[in-house]
Amino acid sequence: MSYASTIPLSPKKIARCREIAKSIGSEVARLIQANSTVGTERAVLRLLGFNEATPNDQGQLFPIANLICDQVKSQGRLHEGALYWIANAMIALGEDIPHLQEKVIKREIDIGSINSQDSKKVKTLANQLSKEAYQNLIRYRKERSQIAKSLKDPVKEKRPLKYVIVATGNIFEDVTQAKSAVLDGADVIAVIRSTAQSLLDYVPQGTTTEGFGGTYATQANFRVMRQALDEVGKEVNRYIRLTNYCSGLCMSEIAALGAMEGLDCLLNDAMYGILFRDINMRRTLIDQHFSRLICSKSGIWIMTGEDNYMKTTDAAKSGDQVLASQFINEAAALNAGMSKGQMSIGHAMEMDPNYEKVILMEIARAQMTRQIFPEAPLKYMCNTKYKSGDIFTSHAIDTIFNLIGSMTNQGVILLGMLTEAVHTPFLQDRSVSIRNANYVVGGAVGLGDEFGYRSDGFISTFAQNVLDDALKLLEKIDRMGIYKAIERKTFADVSRTKDGGKGADGVFEVERGRYLNPFFDLMGSKI
Amino acid sequence: MAEINFTSLKPYGDTTDDGAVQLSFTLPVEPSAKAREAATQIVRGWGFFDVKVAHMSKIGVNYSLFVVFARTDRGIDYTKIEVPDLGGEKRSYKEIDKLILANVKRPIRVVGACTGYDAHTVGLDAILNMKGFDGDIGLERYKGFRTVNMGSQVPTEELIDRAVKEKSDAILLSKVVSQKDIHISDMRDLISRLQKRGLEGKFILIAGGPRVTHKMALELGYDAGFTIGAKPSDVANFLYEKMVERMDKGEAELPPGKKKRGK
Repeated sequence: MSYASTIPLSPKKIARCREIAKSIGSEVARLIQANSTVGTERAVLRLLGFNEATPNDQGQLFPIANLICDQVKSQGRLHEGALYWIANAMIALGEDIPHLQEKVIKREIDIGSINSQDSKKVKTLANQLSKEAYQNLIRYRKERSQIAKSLKDPVKEKRPLKYVIVATGNIFEDVTQAKSAVLDGADVIAVIRSTAQSLLDYVPQGTTTEGFGGTYATQANFRVMRQALDEVGKEVNRYIRLTNYCSGLCMSEIAALGAMEGLDCLLNDAMYGILFRDINMRRTLIDQHFSRLICSKSGIWIMTGEDNYMKTTDAAKSGDQVLASQFINEAAALNAGMSKGQMSIGHAMEMDPNYEKVILMEIARAQMTRQIFPEAPLKYMCNTKYKSGDIFTSHAIDTIFNLIGSMTNQGVILLGMLTEAVHTPFLQDRSVSIRNANYVVGGAVGLGDEFGYRSDGFISTFAQNVLDDALKLLEKIDRMGIYKAIERKTFADVSRTKDGGKGADGVFEVERGRYLNPFFDLMGSKI
Repeated sequence: MAEINFTSLKPYGDTTDDGAVQLSFTLPVEPSAKAREAATQIVRGWGFFDVKVAHMSKIGVNYSLFVVFARTDRGIDYTKIEVPDLGGEKRSYKEIDKLILANVKRPIRVVGACTGYDAHTVGLDAILNMKGFDGDIGLERYKGFRTVNMGSQVPTEELIDRAVKEKSDAILLSKVVSQKDIHISDMRDLISRLQKRGLEGKFILIAGGPRVTHKMALELGYDAGFTIGAKPSDVANFLYEKMVERMDKGEAELPPGKKKRGK
């Protein structure tokens, strides 16, 4: 028996888990090589600059990216890629992108119906357009890191970042709440999306003041909040990170818009869409890859959603599926060329607070995750499942969460709200929550370095068992393949089929040799 | 112990009938002596006395958080309060599942939706989806239920169509938005459309929402109304008991006879 500042975990087993996760990812890689989706094509259009909208038949603003994609699709030409037909139209009409966009808005042209031009010329132009768009992204990234460098960056302070949500439905009200949170001590602001936006097959346009349980993720809303956070960040001399959500039918498109508008993090997890929103798995796995390519080159952290699994299962027993999924998510992110420092791998403190030794179990999980993903700015989420309106007990749970998050050195702690399960946070709820975190996080700096874990103790044994179980589970998933594994309720006790779910009709096979998406190479895709 | 006066029931701090309450709220002004006085007067204006501002502090810019203790002398006649009882005992998910398996012998079919313009699926999801609420798992997870969650902004007619198509035993209507009593008119809408289509009494009707009460639901013609705090297992148990009651009366499809398998 001995004590050490880390839990004894077998490096061999961890390496084996990574190996298997890579193998599991190869099945998805084959899917991505052979197919694209309307979402991915629209993201390409977005990167090229097609970001305007036009009223549809019902008078609602409809994005040009959708319109163009539909035009090409209805002519049966999407298997060559939207980019191909943009370049084709530019050559045929001799127009640049802004003018082409204007003509589409005025319904003067239909991108899908323009005569085919010399394919060599089209390809050359397409490559040039992509390169320019890619360079723009690199430029946005540079501008962003310059702003970050001009201020104190809380990432360098060896403590978890304090993450809070705003969710008023009105972007301007969100700004008020976000600024207050920053002045109170928040480091990351997440603007929660309107209920079920993940199921919309387009990105709404413009600033919005009405949402349900959250605010629509739109390019204009991103810009409003970005500007506000840069302003208040300057005031407090702290770089404030902005987060939004891109999982869903517009996963890659929202990543593109987020990259253009200087977002720092994006909740990004195909599994969330598959399991909890019943989005078709092929659709969202393909979209995820492109969205991660964009995030990778834009310096955006992806945040994964394994915390959700624990809400539908007994969290004390679902550690293996969380860990297995984290390995799979990491492998997919590596395929998109992401650095480990960009992977904000998700997990949560969601075990039943009434269990004896629950705090020990939670420490075991948090510390284990820390050790297995040492470079990742881990996203650690507070208990939501066992909150019901007893705000006093909820606040006590939040305090323990903050302490575990601090002592196990998590990257980002998603602060709990005492009014969880009652309403989206009031200004005062958030403030009280940040006060709690300021106290605990500040008071516990360096705590983890002062104590050791007993090599044969409860915490070490618990963590070792989770790793063992995760390894077994990964082997099982590898044997049956990821699609079958999802179908057989491996994750979160939910079953989804390969062809079921929303958005399946947006998946199409690409034509080898003719399909154009040079962003894959430009962005360093490993697939 | 001091005698409790049930005809004028009051909050309890540490002395019977002291009427002590704790309040917390935010005012959109900076903390100051004036802000403190404003908080005191606001609470006094609500009819409280012995108002003590225990805490005032700044939130962000231009806002102050208050924690206030005060007393009230307004009681309520507890003996006159009537709340229709939802009945049934508290059962766990496993118990309910077992009972359904034993007595209904097939999954109870449930269709749920938020109708009209209501886009708030929080309540509906909490009851129907796997995840459930406060550690109480949702109906989707039970073996004893087959659930369809139609989500938000569903036209009433579509909800009925689906219930017919799925041969539902029950319809769950969730109404969160209650501006201009829209929740009540949408609840009525379901009843009147069912009547028009001759489907009255065909389904177990359940309404839920923060402004829905069991009493009000009964008055409108529903079998039950659930409000904030109701757990999926509460709804599940009610559905189970109602199902058994309906089968006894011959109002619901009886369990399949051939389902029983020999050992």
